[in-house]
Amino acid sequence: MTGENAGAERGNLPAPRDGEQLRLREVTPARVLLGRAGLGYRTATQLRLRADHAAARDALSVRIDLDDPALAPLSRSLDILEVATRADSLATHLARPDLGRLLSDESVERIRSGCAPDMDLQILVGDGLSPQAVITQVPLLLPLLIAGAEARGLSVGRILFVRHCRVGVLNDIGEVLAPRAVVLLVGERPGLATAESLSAYLAWQPRSGHTDADRNLISNIHVDGVGISDAVTRILDFLGEFRLRDRSGFTIKEPARPGTGRTVQER
Amino acid sequence: MTFRTTLRGETFVFADLRELFGRANEPKSGDQLAGVAARSERERVAAKIVLADVSLGEILDNPMIEDDVTELIDRDRDVELGTTIRGLTVGELREMILAPDFVGMWADGMSRAITPDIAAAVTKIMGARDLVSASAPLRVTTSLRNTMGETGTFGVRIQPNHPTDDIAGVTLSVLDGLLFGCGDAMIGLNPASDDVGTVIELQHALRAVVDRVGAPTQTCVLAHFTTQLAALGRGAPIDLLFQSIGGTEQTNRSFGVTLDALVEGREQVLEHHRTRGDFLGDNVMYFETGQGSALSAEAHGGLDQLACEARAYGVARSFDPFLVNSVVGFIGPEYLADSRQIMRAGLEDHFMGKLLGLPMGCDVCYTNHVDADQDTTDQLLILLAVAGCNFVMGVPGSDDVMLNYQSTSFHDAAGARELLGLRPAPEFEAWLESVGILSHGRLTDGAGSGTTSLPLLGAFPELGS
Repeated sequence: MTGENAGAERGNLPAPRDGEQLRLREVTPARVLLGRAGLGYRTATQLRLRADHAAARDALSVRIDLDDPALAPLSRSLDILEVATRADSLATHLARPDLGRLLSDESVERIRSGCAPDMDLQILVGDGLSPQAVITQVPLLLPLLIAGAEARGLSVGRILFVRHCRVGVLNDIGEVLAPRAVVLLVGERPGLATAESLSAYLAWQPRSGHTDADRNLISNIHVDGVGISDAVTRILDFLGEFRLRDRSGFTIKEPARPGTGRTVQER
Repeated sequence: MTFRTTLRGETFVFADLRELFGRANEPKSGDQLAGVAARSERERVAAKIVLADVSLGEILDNPMIEDDVTELIDRDRDVELGTTIRGLTVGELREMILAPDFVGMWADGMSRAITPDIAAAVTKIMGARDLVSASAPLRVTTSLRNTMGETGTFGVRIQPNHPTDDIAGVTLSVLDGLLFGCGDAMIGLNPASDDVGTVIELQHALRAVVDRVGAPTQTCVLAHFTTQLAALGRGAPIDLLFQSIGGTEQTNRSFGVTLDALVEGREQVLEHHRTRGDFLGDNVMYFETGQGSALSAEAHGGLDQLACEARAYGVARSFDPFLVNSVVGFIGPEYLADSRQIMRAGLEDHFMGKLLGLPMGCDVCYTNHVDADQDTTDQLLILLAVAGCNFVMGVPGSDDVMLNYQSTSFHDAAGARELLGLRPAPEFEAWLESVGILSHGRLTDGAGSGTTSLPLLGAFPELGS
């Protein structure tokens, strides 16, 4: 790290030139007020961008282990069932989203024998494209979500962890367990500022053939984005709307606030 | 109709046009995923050789997919002028496009005789330098609050995204971009939330910043178009109506879009503009596209991703858009695997869009799970600037902190302008000169977040400075 960068208040910004700029920066994690060298970046900026990209690249290859100290207490207390898609390696997972949307045959069997069908709510946890997001956010969010759902009188199915998971796996879960609603907590593609951003995809009675137009999304769940309790409230509000209108998708506008113009996580 | 050729003693057979199109593409992971790609390099070139001899009439007479997009494209094309090129082969069309007198024919209406299928076909047999050289003279100028696309201009959309749509944060990113001379294409925010109330607030906030500094440009909050229209109904100022579109009816359905609803939305925005002032033109639509979106929605119908993308442009041109943006590296490695594929796709999309008469821009970008980096965007940015691209994105420090990917930065865009002698839109340039960000066409010493820029920031007390 260069000397200039060592004093930065925020990890992703080079040191400010003066106190005034520092206060301004507190309103956004975006890399504003960088200064310039000609029309290039200052050296500290150039190298910081490289360092953050390196960290994001390396975060992709983290493997979630439910017995890892960060997840074991949660995994044991909730008796989380680990299953997998047909993408059997990280390389396949990245290159073949079609396989990541389908449960492996063995997983379907394991779910049939290990989970109760027809629940009000089925929660899935998927590694997606950022295992680090799951490790960081799910132990905080999941217990609140379960408690909130139960407080609203919803029956909650056994929690599933889906390895090499794409969003479309929602449909397969719908086919196998026929829950009324499914919530998928999945790691978003890692950004430069954070590799810890989680998305919640929500679907009402998902079935084979459903697309993103049938789903709702709360993205950017992380420390500088949507907070855990806010996310839980928004998920529960959506579920209430689904129940009321007997559908999910883009025709459901968020009660208190899916998707942006672009989806953050491919289906 | 079956196509076949023998190359170096080996015979290659292609069952129909659709198969031939897929096999003739440059390598793309998405075509492999869809099972339509060439299975060897020899087969790829054999397909190109066969395609070069296919007549445009053959392509016009045999739509590869039947849906409402095909119907729209068919309604929208110049049939009469089309008959004059029916006898040409794809290979002959390539040579016609590269000839110096093509720009005149194109401007006289040939762009409307060329269909998306034809544009895709000829693109498959063009090299990278072809794609750049052929695009450069094809200028598409549109107007809304300013004019975009004139020869020598290079526009920049400020993309001031924020993970929680915080208005002070968004405002600071907008000002940071303006201070680099960016923002002539638009101030276009991707909201984290699609809630109507939030979108209304953001629309008002963007308009307030632009009005306060007096910059002649348009604003856009890129929520789903139905949300933008709901916001319009509740009094939000809408300059541009944004929507992501794809090249098949099914893809559009997966985006929650029907063509009829888009037509109706456009009418509503035009009507709204008649009640507001300061519009120079009526190009009110802004579309985003990208190779792979149809496959991602499992809606490609066996068509390769280049052909699907061209069809999306067929949709776009029927709406006379202000700008169209191929978000080329956003979709991920399963569609464009690496730096090489992203760069090729960016050049293809820009060329096809221009050939079809669109005000084409490009979000030169990559995600962190694809084999690409900042050098990729540096290279594609320069190539597209040379190719006459209408606009690119300007993201603070290239890092989109809401969508989690890297695009081009304010530095990148301003640097490309200076390197190649390109300028902002004329009305916007005059404003930049008037506020001292530019002087005689060059960024002043204080511009670009230098110390003298702080007085301008100081006029925004909500930023807490």
